[in-house]
Amino acid sequence: MPETYENGTEIEVKDLNLWYGDNHALHDISIDIPKNSVTAFIGPSGCGKSTFLRCLNRMNDLIPNCRIEGQVNISGEDIYAKETDVVDLRKRVGMVFQKPNPFPMSIFDNIAYGPRIHGMSKKEMPEIVENALQSGALWKEVSDRLDVSALDLSGGQQQRLCIARTLAVKPEVILFDEPCSALDPISTSKIEDLILELKKDYTIVIVTHNMQQAARISDHTAFFLLGDLIEFGKTNQIFENPQEKETEDYITGRFG
Amino acid sequence: MFSNAKLNEKIAFGLLKIATGMVVAFVLVILYYIVSNGYSAISIEFITEMPRSRMTEGGIYPAIVGTLYLIIGSIAVAMPLGMLAAIYLTEYSKPGKTTWAIEMAINNLAGTPSVVFGLFGLAMFVKYLGFGASILSASLTLALLILPVIIRASQEALLTVPKEYREASLALGVTKWETIRKVVLPSAIPGMITGAILSIGRVAGETAPILLTGAAYFLPRLPDSIYSQFMALPYHLYVLATSGTSIAQTRPIQYGTALILLIIVLCVNIVAVSVRSHYRKKLKR
Repeated sequence: MPETYENGTEIEVKDLNLWYGDNHALHDISIDIPKNSVTAFIGPSGCGKSTFLRCLNRMNDLIPNCRIEGQVNISGEDIYAKETDVVDLRKRVGMVFQKPNPFPMSIFDNIAYGPRIHGMSKKEMPEIVENALQSGALWKEVSDRLDVSALDLSGGQQQRLCIARTLAVKPEVILFDEPCSALDPISTSKIEDLILELKKDYTIVIVTHNMQQAARISDHTAFFLLGDLIEFGKTNQIFENPQEKETEDYITGRFG
Repeated sequence: MFSNAKLNEKIAFGLLKIATGMVVAFVLVILYYIVSNGYSAISIEFITEMPRSRMTEGGIYPAIVGTLYLIIGSIAVAMPLGMLAAIYLTEYSKPGKTTWAIEMAINNLAGTPSVVFGLFGLAMFVKYLGFGASILSASLTLALLILPVIIRASQEALLTVPKEYREASLALGVTKWETIRKVVLPSAIPGMITGAILSIGRVAGETAPILLTGAAYFLPRLPDSIYSQFMALPYHLYVLATSGTSIAQTRPIQYGTALILLIIVLCVNIVAVSVRSHYRKKLKR
């Protein structure tokens, strides 16, 4: 179903297969992910949605015995091509993890970590940190204590800090791997508001276990089952009028 | 059934307590024995003066200095080398035959008798490289001796750094080396220092390796360069206790020497522990 999107396509995946050793974990995944919008991956545990997400910034490279075939283009560039610089790719495709994972450093240093390594000058740093924290909707809560340890923040604040840390590197795409699964409902709704805010400037892909969350914040939804992409389309359509029986069964809570 | 389980638990706890108590008791007895016999010999002169009258009188200053040199020299060599090797083995090397062989070699090195290290040091540093019987040769030999301990401790420390830190850093488009330098190492340093702490006692106390590589029976002066021979506390103790005609007469000096050796190890450990807690605090800050 080649579809043309309002803002264009950011990520094109063609016939992606992935093996962990002999285990064929993803089968012929093809999907076009639109720019400046939120795309949600849903599906039961073990369906491969997180694995697929990690193909998009090549985090699976870290896993021994993991083999990938197929093509992934981000902004028209084949990210699995030989000449692709993985480090550079990850600068462009940021990632926020399931469990908030701030470094054991101050709030300021957490945000400044990426920009510093990427060669931003010391003089620019306060501004970069402030902007990132503003965009991460955390500035108001921490502006007077940037030098305290990030580990002293609450779980929800830590997750927004991780989002801000990703923003500080100025990516084009942000991948969220179940970012709210370790958070309480209030923190979750803050993160959801933030994601809706961020889609103006970034292409967002989010893996979620929570179907309501997918329905609330995403523009498009992809349903995965046992390593197959079963169905992909506008979120309204997936939830109100699914074309595949498996999708309907999952959404209506018959399994999962 | 229930009371049986309770009884078993009581017996198990009892045994554990007895075992712990015995260990503590042994340490206390040894300490008491050395302190009670040695403290009469301790004085300012004892730790600041040269031995006199064929080592039956005077102080043990040169032996204290020699032991401190050995500690500094061997840690300075083994610590960076061991840390770098551990980083390579834990972070970079791929599991395979070569890595397995290296790991086995390290394990075997850890179990090698120290006199073998002494003989190697004699052949390698003293003779082949021509450093002579010297502080340099002895420090290098001791560095080799403690290298396995430092590598092991450093590897353990690296492995306890959460995977999440590495992932977070790599996902920001940071290279592996920068990730190790900026995120992994700061978290692992306290554990690595623990390896060094364990090694200090070993370096301060070893006799066989230094005997073969540079420790002198008696020297009327302090070493003036790293190529000089030196006196060291454990060897001095050995000499006083076994050779010479006045073993009974020098008994207080022997115990005093042992006591000073213990105190030095304790002091250096305290320094190392405070360095470690400084790094730990920095992490928690």
